[in-house]
Amino acid sequence: MSDYSFSELSSIFLMQGFAGLSLFSVLLLMALGLAIIFGQMGVVNLAHGEFMALGAYTVYLCSSLVHSYAPALAGSYFVFAIVIAFLVSALAGYLAEWGLIRHLYKRPLDTLLATWGLSLIMQQAFRMTFGAREVTPTLPEWLMGSFKPTDSIDIPINGVFVMGLTLLLTLGVWIFMYRSRLGLHMRATVQNRAMSGAVGIRTPLVDRLTFALGTGIAGVAGAAFTTIGSTGPDSGSRYIVDTFLVVVFGGTASLFGTIASAFGIAQGQSITGFFLEGTMGKVAILMVIVVVLMIRPQGLFSSKVRS
Amino acid sequence: MNTFVERFLGGRRGLVNLAILALLLLVVLPLSLSVFRLNLVGKYLTFAFVALGLVMLWGKGGVLSLGQGVFFGLGGYCMATFLKLEASDPVSTAIQSTPGIPDFMDWNQLKALPALWIPFKSLPFSLLATVLVPSLVAFVIGYAMFKRRVGGVYFAIITQALALILSLGIDGNQGLTGGRNGITDLRTLWGWDIRTQHAQYILYFVTCALLLLCIVGLQWLLSGKLGKMLLAMSEREDRVRFSGYDVSMYKVFSFCLAAALSGIGGALFVLQVGFISPSLVGIVPSIEMVIFAAVGGRGSLFGAIYGTLLVSAGKSLFSESFPQLWLFCMGGLFIAVVVLFPNGLAGLFDQLGERILPWLKRRRESAAAAPATLEPAIETPSEKGASS
Repeated sequence: MSDYSFSELSSIFLMQGFAGLSLFSVLLLMALGLAIIFGQMGVVNLAHGEFMALGAYTVYLCSSLVHSYAPALAGSYFVFAIVIAFLVSALAGYLAEWGLIRHLYKRPLDTLLATWGLSLIMQQAFRMTFGAREVTPTLPEWLMGSFKPTDSIDIPINGVFVMGLTLLLTLGVWIFMYRSRLGLHMRATVQNRAMSGAVGIRTPLVDRLTFALGTGIAGVAGAAFTTIGSTGPDSGSRYIVDTFLVVVFGGTASLFGTIASAFGIAQGQSITGFFLEGTMGKVAILMVIVVVLMIRPQGLFSSKVRS
Repeated sequence: MNTFVERFLGGRRGLVNLAILALLLLVVLPLSLSVFRLNLVGKYLTFAFVALGLVMLWGKGGVLSLGQGVFFGLGGYCMATFLKLEASDPVSTAIQSTPGIPDFMDWNQLKALPALWIPFKSLPFSLLATVLVPSLVAFVIGYAMFKRRVGGVYFAIITQALALILSLGIDGNQGLTGGRNGITDLRTLWGWDIRTQHAQYILYFVTCALLLLCIVGLQWLLSGKLGKMLLAMSEREDRVRFSGYDVSMYKVFSFCLAAALSGIGGALFVLQVGFISPSLVGIVPSIEMVIFAAVGGRGSLFGAIYGTLLVSAGKSLFSESFPQLWLFCMGGLFIAVVVLFPNGLAGLFDQLGERILPWLKRRRESAAAAPATLEPAIETPSEKGASS
């Protein structure tokens, strides 16, 4: 580190920090969905990354359709594409819950295997539909380019957009979970299924909607992801371990913990990634997380709910 | 004598199973397959060691590890390190800028052998390390986690992260580990060329013998206190704990045992296939090893071996002819094995046995009454094994 001057170092930290913020946004968007599915419902959804990829491919499809049939909408389609990505992924999640997950609630380890199987099938389906090569949707003009506050600092607009989206969605999820009736039903079902059923909540439907909400958010994560990277059939699986670690590290069932750990992990990876060679930054961060989890298995912020 | 049969061979049923497996591995397959195919079977059998470990850990102990590739890889790398050092003597590496060190180190501008490699010049140390290094790693992880009563899903996720860490770590340290290409071009084991057909035959039989030995050993363990404890723990873990037993240490032991078995498998893999790389360590191979055990039947030692053979053979066959369909099949297999037959082949076989035996009996009785129409309609799935 001594090879860099102070001003260079501070620029590096700022820019790597900003790159870390983009990674943080994607991790947080994925982890939000997973925190609902895994943290609240206890379902280990290893296909979560594929629901994200589904969202990304949906945006790609929208972009191709708009550019070949309605080029006039090229500037504004992206906002609608995000909504469509949410709906498509949520629908896929709804079907997956109905067809597969609901049979396995009592066997969490088996869910893990089944969803891994689902992820393989989805990956192969992507590969056969969209090809093995990575694709990128044509982004609207206003997402390109970057701010340049000073000479050595360069902040891309798409990163800012993704962060804004993340902020909005996090707020939305919080309001939904803690201020809406359906959110109340979801939390009630998670805490005590039998009692919730007894007071008239349709728990099977709530389960299905909760799962669909989680995968839908993964779809939005995928849509956001298209602005900062290209999408391939295995894009989702590349993030799945990180995402699970974010949720576990932050302490399941704690929205604040998820945000904090996504921030810590993303910043750690981004900054160590600059100074350590290649993948070793990621290795270092992952090892720190695993060691911390061995010492403190309940994660950083555990919610005080009796199980 | 009788207690010997009961304890080591799992009674009459276990003896029959063992005999069928031995016959298949030692006689039927060597006589019917070419050396190339036999070598492939030998490679699959090295994964069967991992599957055996998973039966002990997951099927019997109820703890799923998604990181068994880590231990397979550690065992494999310990073996490969020794073989690589033997293959890179100063004479055959004379063209390198630093003769006498492995070729990939030379490519990475290393001038001397890293300290980590030096003990692996000794064969006894390396052989011990293939078992001890994985066990030790498993002990540290297992002790830290099971003592804090972490289990189930958390344990699975953390072991999966370990698989990612080790595969990335190997990938990132090219000078020390050979990086993504792994350690290749292995030639001799103490002067004995492992690449000849003759050697391949011998290594195949060594693998089979060790595998059968492991089964006998595991059956002995399961027939004793460990087996009873694991069974009790899988039923009501807290009651066992309240009775004063240290539940976590039994789990740690199973985890170490599974790791040691995986290490042996990894070492044999290196001997037969002649290389090791991070592609055998990561998340995907680790979870494939779980599916071997799941397809065979997570609670059955013999099932795990047949499961490994069938899935691996299926994989080779499919990915040769329909590479597109393979992932669909694999994914479908994962889902089917969980939703439709959670006890795998062994469970199916047991069900079949339960249905066919009374039916056979009835048939025999009716045949004795009216011996007119007797057709050999029942197929005997002798290959599919049964639960242990």
